[in-house]
Amino acid sequence: MNDYQVSRTGYYGEFGGAFIPEMLYANIKELQDSYLDMLEDPGFRETYLDLLRDYSGRPTPLFFAKRLSGQYRTNIYLKREDLNHTGAHKINNAIGQALLAKKLGKRRIVAETGAGQHGVATATVCALMDMKCTVYMGAEDIKRQKPNVGRMKMLGAKVIPVYQGNQTLKDAVNEAMRDWISHPAETHYLLGSVVGPHPYPDLVTRLQAIISEELKGQMKEKTGSEDPGTIIACVGGGSNAAGIFYHYLDHPHVRLIGAEAAGKGIHTNKTAATLLTGRPGVLHGSFSSVMQDDDGQITEPYSISAGLDYPGIGPLHAHLHQTGRAEYYAVTDDEALDAALNLSRKEGIIPALESAHALALLDKLDFPPDEHVVINLSGRGDKDLQTLLQHLENEPD
Amino acid sequence: MNRIDKLFITKKTGILSVYFTAGYPAPGSTTKIVTALEENGADMIEIGIPFSDPVADGPVIQKSSHRALQNGMSLEVLLNRLSEIRNNVTIPLILMGYFNPVLQFGMEKLCSRLNRIGIDGLIIPDLPPEEYAKKYRNLFRDHNIHNILLVTPQTPDERIRTLDDLSSGFLYLVSASSTTGGKLSMDTGQKAYFSRVAAMGLSNPLMIGFGISDRESLDAAYQYAAGGIIGSAFIRALENRDCAPEENVKIFMNKLR
Ligand SMILES: Cc1ncc(COP(=O)(O)O)c(C=O)c1O
Repeated sequence: MNDYQVSRTGYYGEFGGAFIPEMLYANIKELQDSYLDMLEDPGFRETYLDLLRDYSGRPTPLFFAKRLSGQYRTNIYLKREDLNHTGAHKINNAIGQALLAKKLGKRRIVAETGAGQHGVATATVCALMDMKCTVYMGAEDIKRQKPNVGRMKMLGAKVIPVYQGNQTLKDAVNEAMRDWISHPAETHYLLGSVVGPHPYPDLVTRLQAIISEELKGQMKEKTGSEDPGTIIACVGGGSNAAGIFYHYLDHPHVRLIGAEAAGKGIHTNKTAATLLTGRPGVLHGSFSSVMQDDDGQITEPYSISAGLDYPGIGPLHAHLHQTGRAEYYAVTDDEALDAALNLSRKEGIIPALESAHALALLDKLDFPPDEHVVINLSGRGDKDLQTLLQHLENEPD
Repeated sequence: MNRIDKLFITKKTGILSVYFTAGYPAPGSTTKIVTALEENGADMIEIGIPFSDPVADGPVIQKSSHRALQNGMSLEVLLNRLSEIRNNVTIPLILMGYFNPVLQFGMEKLCSRLNRIGIDGLIIPDLPPEEYAKKYRNLFRDHNIHNILLVTPQTPDERIRTLDDLSSGFLYLVSASSTTGGKLSMDTGQKAYFSRVAAMGLSNPLMIGFGISDRESLDAAYQYAAGGIIGSAFIRALENRDCAPEENVKIFMNKLR
């Protein structure tokens, strides 16, 4: 049987590791040595779960989407991560890591953000736990995810625009890492996805695993079985997908599917579908699939969705892809926009553009009428209204 | 004998190493800059392989990398240049760059090319020493290439000894917790860190880098280590468009005298 757990040295199969400059060694080592003990500490666990319940509103509902099910002639359930406080799954990780940072005696948090959801979640927990917060965000993302920039400011975070590269998520990660290199002693880097050097991929996966933990009980209650037939999630770095896959990794009958952002199409140079267009390489401290040219230079990604607009992906997904445990498909900008509009009109739920990529796979895959399909609705679409309304204007009535 | 070893045998103090990014400021400038650096008294040169996402570097080197890539520089192009450069330059040459371009090129292929050309060492900041020890150490040894490791103010003594064991040629003492291009502040903490490492009796000579920018900071480095490494300050000097690159090298090196 395949092993989908991280190894002691931080590898999933051949992917993972901690390819960091010596300047970050002490901080990464401290995290590697302490994260499992901290996560398993009963006191930590209790505080974490209390906050998830009372502060973030967990468990998030599992909603049977009746009209959507009718449309696609199968049984579709939505795991409502959009109903978390701050509007996405990102808060699950932010709460956990902020508690961890406190335990390590850190008083300052840095984070990167693409869609702004991780930035907002981080700013939120920093306000809650009285920590200083600096968020790096690409200048392009600041433009397209404006409401979240305002929220971060309201919460007292310092938002620093990044003007390098395409001015998107990759560039924000670079700057956050540089900040951490320059302030190692007092700062924790609250990384927002299952990417980066070990232990981040495993740390963030475990903090997002609450999604599948809840899902098992909710499925059992609604259908009599813990196991749905299929689970679909969008993948940027891959944290909401890792979270909803986690407790099903060793349930081989549950089909796991990731939706990558194709942008304008995977055969164009405007795409962010990392597994489908990349090859193994090192970016941001881990060996995984990376979008790159022949010389090993990272290529600039493109997607309409800021949270998926990233040329890397977590090493767990590279491993799941390689072993065939999970399947990954690409969804274009237009397909995601249509899916967002469809869900809004059919179920009264406006999804984040990221989550809309997962929804769009319903058009590409066929499911039997008695199948139970769970879609991780990772976030809500308020932040994307500007983009969605533009699309609406171009739609024929 | 490796030229780096020869240098540290013949010269014990006041060693000046200069870093710049290959392909910067102009596509054809690399050869001229290396030659001019030797002519104007550099003891060793670190040639940067440009990378799209240099996370350990500050704005100056980031910009030079970006420009170098726009100028068409790549590891392959650089190696071709270097085989010509080696005919005229005798001081040690080191390549410094991030792991991914090296990984894609192939470490074995790279080491054998470097050996043939006569390049003396590599600095790959994001290749962990443990990974190097496990996968590449023998390869480097077989090709007579030194792998130069970094020590920072956060590195505990015990690890410094491990790094000293694994490093060869010299040990790169990063002056402060920062990306490249900062400013050296010779406060008491800084002095204590340099003294502590200098007193450890390590087997490799020490070179201090990051924040070394002028005569004064260079002298500070000379006080605690075999030498100092100048990077961002030199790249800034190359930005001057009024002079040819070799002229800028001369002006900069004269100011260090
Ligand atoms: C709502 C939402 N879903 C998904 C993502 C993508 O991240 P990940 O792949 O880590 O879940 C983001 C990232 O910003 C997001 O905001």
